[in-house]
Amino acid sequence: MNIEDVDWIARAGAKPKGKRPDFLNDPALDRMLSILMAVAGEVSVIRQRLDTVERLLDRKGSITRADIDAYVPDKDAADQRGLMAKEYVARIMRGVQQDMEAMQAVERPVEDISVDLRDG
Amino acid sequence: MKQDVPPPYTAVTRHAVFPNPTHDEAARYDFLTALNKYLSGSIGPGNKLAYETRVLPKFRAEQGRDPKDRFEIRHAMNKDPWHRFWSALKRNSMEMRQQNGRAITLRQIEELAAKVRQFNEGRDTLRLDASVPVPRYQAAVDIHCMPGSYHGEEFPGDFSAGANYDSGLFATTAGGLGALSDGGGQALVEWIRKERPGWIPKRILDLGCTVGHNVVPLALAFPDTEVIAIDTAAAVLRYAHARAQSLGATNIRFVQMDAEDMAAFPDGHFDWVQTTMYLHELSGKSLPNIIEEAARVLAPAGLMFHLEQPQYTDEMPLYEQFIRDWDAFNNNEPFWSAMHAMDLKEIMAEKGLPRDRQFVTGVRAVVDREIFPEAAAAAEEDHGRAAVWNAYGAWKPEA
Repeated sequence: MNIEDVDWIARAGAKPKGKRPDFLNDPALDRMLSILMAVAGEVSVIRQRLDTVERLLDRKGSITRADIDAYVPDKDAADQRGLMAKEYVARIMRGVQQDMEAMQAVERPVEDISVDLRDG
Repeated sequence: MKQDVPPPYTAVTRHAVFPNPTHDEAARYDFLTALNKYLSGSIGPGNKLAYETRVLPKFRAEQGRDPKDRFEIRHAMNKDPWHRFWSALKRNSMEMRQQNGRAITLRQIEELAAKVRQFNEGRDTLRLDASVPVPRYQAAVDIHCMPGSYHGEEFPGDFSAGANYDSGLFATTAGGLGALSDGGGQALVEWIRKERPGWIPKRILDLGCTVGHNVVPLALAFPDTEVIAIDTAAAVLRYAHARAQSLGATNIRFVQMDAEDMAAFPDGHFDWVQTTMYLHELSGKSLPNIIEEAARVLAPAGLMFHLEQPQYTDEMPLYEQFIRDWDAFNNNEPFWSAMHAMDLKEIMAEKGLPRDRQFVTGVRAVVDREIFPEAAAAAEEDHGRAAVWNAYGAWKPEA
């Protein structure tokens, strides 16, 4: 193949050689998670782009697409954006994190507690 | 509280052949950096919790004993729903990093090719040899889920494997290796200057150099030294050569060669032979052969130096061995587990570097702390990607 014929969209997602482990109980779940994580990534990208637009508008009043690609956050802006991504990841991972916390103590079903409280 | 926030991808140094990301491509890496830090730092301890609160008690109840090795722990943990989900997330993060790096690189491949050509054409410091086969250990699977591994080519003369590798290092290590992802190489320079002040090696050999990010700092620190960097993969060498030239490291010759057969070099040719994060990507058979060849081409009183993650020892808890093994089975690092259990000291001793000439020392990435964070605390370490290593080395006996 010649360099000008490389289909960069198709080849970017080439499968690496080596059998992929089965992580979840159903292959469909593994695939759904791949899609969900990619979409989660794109939402984060859009949030950062919007933040860039807002910062540039604050600074200059009007902007071009080239301004967006050329934008380099200073230390404060980078910290704020890093924090935004960190907070975003923590929010979408809440369920996994709460499952982790749930392992720290044995908890009885609330239904049992409801019976306790009714009777006691 | 003060939140720990990694540097943005825009802090990466864009040298002359670096694949330039668009705003959104950089933001995509920023997401992955935040995700990786979350998985290894914020919820990484969930794995140990799962082990201690339910996996180990269940194992004891069923077997009437404790797990005897890291493999038994892995088999037991692979049944735990929380660990499985965490692994699935981490695997996706690795795959997404590859897709983003390849998209950035291949989207601008023609522009990059023109730049790479400027640095490579007509230079005798890049010597490719198409007769060097892809070693079996490299052909078996694509290492760290990198499609095509180091040697894959999309078109004749391709260098994109190297460009993609260079592009993603900063994101996967959360900037822990510095703006040029060369904190390992910088650490080597700092180490040798303390260890042997004033020593100027005549010749240095770097084995498995990939994109040369760790050998460039050495070449720049010793501008009068003849540096040779070898790799079996032409695709990374083309990029490594252009990258090194663009950074002013013109005293490195990049040579396509298998370290198991370095007949081209006479005995005792180099004062310093070294590898960085290389031995774990070999095989049980090739590793001792390579150490033997490396010891042969090393001059008497010369330095052999290997930077790796710490070896597994009897003192290392089995759980820690298990979690350090994650990449071996989930991120296509098939020799990682076996290599870390090998007795490197014994192998070096057998190959002519006796134990009383050996040393092991801890090494941390040397980076600009104004911009880049300290490596994470041990409990939050992302083992395959951490910016802290052990150096396994030896000074070869005088003749």
